[in-house]
Amino acid sequence: MEKKLVTPHKQKINSDQIFKIGATIAGTFVLAIIVLMVYQLISESYPIWEEEGLSFVVGTDWNAVEGRESFGALPYILGTLTTAALAMAIGVPLSIGIAMFVSDAPPKIGAPLGFLVELLAAVPSVIYGLWGLYVFREYFIDYIEKPLHSAFGDNVWFFSGTPFGLDIFTASIILAIMIIPTVSAVSREVMKAVPQQQKEAAYMLGATKWEMFKLAIFPYSKTGLIGASILGLGRAVGETMAVTMLIGNATGASAIPSSLFKPSQTMSSIIANEFVEASPAGLHLPALIGTGLILLGIAICINIVAHILVTRMLKVKEGAINN
Amino acid sequence: MSINKRQQYRTLFKQNVERRLFVDKIVRLIVISCVVTAIIPLGSILVEVFKNGIAAISIEFLTEVPGSIGSGDGGIGPAIQGTLIVIGMASIIGVPIGVLSGIFLSEFGDNKLAKSVRFFNDVFMEFPSILLGIFAFLVIVLVLGHFSVWAGAFALALIMFPIVARTTEESLKMVPVTYREAGMALGLRHWVVTIRIVIAAAKNGMVTGVLLSVARIGGETAPLIMTILGSSLFFNNFDTPMDALPLRIWRLSLLPYDSAQLQGWGAALVLILIILAINIGVRTLVLNKNDTYRFGKMIKEKIGGTK
Repeated sequence: MEKKLVTPHKQKINSDQIFKIGATIAGTFVLAIIVLMVYQLISESYPIWEEEGLSFVVGTDWNAVEGRESFGALPYILGTLTTAALAMAIGVPLSIGIAMFVSDAPPKIGAPLGFLVELLAAVPSVIYGLWGLYVFREYFIDYIEKPLHSAFGDNVWFFSGTPFGLDIFTASIILAIMIIPTVSAVSREVMKAVPQQQKEAAYMLGATKWEMFKLAIFPYSKTGLIGASILGLGRAVGETMAVTMLIGNATGASAIPSSLFKPSQTMSSIIANEFVEASPAGLHLPALIGTGLILLGIAICINIVAHILVTRMLKVKEGAINN
Repeated sequence: MSINKRQQYRTLFKQNVERRLFVDKIVRLIVISCVVTAIIPLGSILVEVFKNGIAAISIEFLTEVPGSIGSGDGGIGPAIQGTLIVIGMASIIGVPIGVLSGIFLSEFGDNKLAKSVRFFNDVFMEFPSILLGIFAFLVIVLVLGHFSVWAGAFALALIMFPIVARTTEESLKMVPVTYREAGMALGLRHWVVTIRIVIAAAKNGMVTGVLLSVARIGGETAPLIMTILGSSLFFNNFDTPMDALPLRIWRLSLLPYDSAQLQGWGAALVLILIILAINIGVRTLVLNKNDTYRFGKMIKEKIGGTK
């Protein structure tokens, strides 16, 4: 009787290979999602580009009535850019001040304070909106908008209009509050990345604390600070709910921002407001998706620039420590 | 003459120093006022939400379905249930992808592909969340033909997984290489080393990342508008619209009634309690340990900001 003495050698499946492939697939998931997302937004908004062409970007009409459909996203693009720019103008100096304080304060004060400011980031956007709508707005009308309006309303164009609280100004201030945590957290990291020797050299020259910041920290961390601000800009551009609740939701040509005290609309808020009601059959939905595509383009550009600037800065830091 | 000159220089020097110290003091004041200005809104939000929200809270409010519009009856039971369900589903989809992708970045992350994945991961994290809602709408709602819990969970999972991936990567990288080498020296396979040794050592950081990402998606409203839509009924099945707390707050804020405003504050209180509890708990319990310090800094900087 013949008996097999040796069992045939089975090719063992290499579990490490599978593991690596699985991890790689999960890793590239994000790239696939981004590509698919861009593709979907382009293909689903295709009808509006076909119909309106370039006038979708430069037009100001917004009419969803069937038969008279006409869409132009310019007011919302301008609305987004205006509110984001105002929010930056208010929020970035404040954030850099906070970062200066926190990066320089003794850890006993700095750490809990940084923690508190970061809690601002944990508060959901819709609660900012609620607070802005019911609390902040009341004070804001009485103590800021009305005095400004009565002082300058007749002479200065951007203070004209009726101070009602649901306008570009209120939305921008809320946005400014919302970007503070992001910008200050990144700025603080960037400021802490400045080598100790640079600061000591400044102090050694007899610099006061402010002069130390001017001589050592700001020149060294300039790139990173700009990156942090742009990161904040990205957040302001994409912010939806709080803005939707406070900007007054004008549509069409009247949404073009011409005064601080005028209701307007941003790209994200028009999507939030009209998306569910838009019927997929007409041009309304493609128009909203097209607006989303423009928003995506702006957001991608902003974030790529910001990340390049911040990572370059933090890399410099690692180099400095290793040397 | 030289005495005079010296006197003159001395006064000039004194003036110069005084001026510089004065400027320094002014800047100090400005910086402190910046901090105070930022703290005021946070304090005000917390105080107002607690003050106004506590008046709305009752057993009925927390458990019942919403009453007729403007009546002020009923509660936010479906919204609380819906938030928990959609977060749970999003975690089921998002956490495994995020963890695996974090493993990829940390363990196989020495090549061009991983570099671009890391970069686009960071960029994707900052995408306006409403766009993820549109994306979920296009690939799920339009395909299935109705608003559904699936779409909402998918949209939230997309927000969640990059955060989990980055925090996982950071915490795995903090495990010393010697641990991996020790495992390899025992003849263990790479994946066994990764799962049994590296992940076991980095567990704390990973759990923290997952919890903070949960807190982040818990407050997301925009992507839910066009995915789960909102409803006033309790959960039925995954193919129907559902309610969620942030969505309910938004819808209530659109109503002109005082009772709706009160209910809005109540819902906001519940939501903020859930989110702040996760945040404060995680940050004080886990992040203060020394070994997670670097990770803590990273996480604080990466996470936060809802859209």
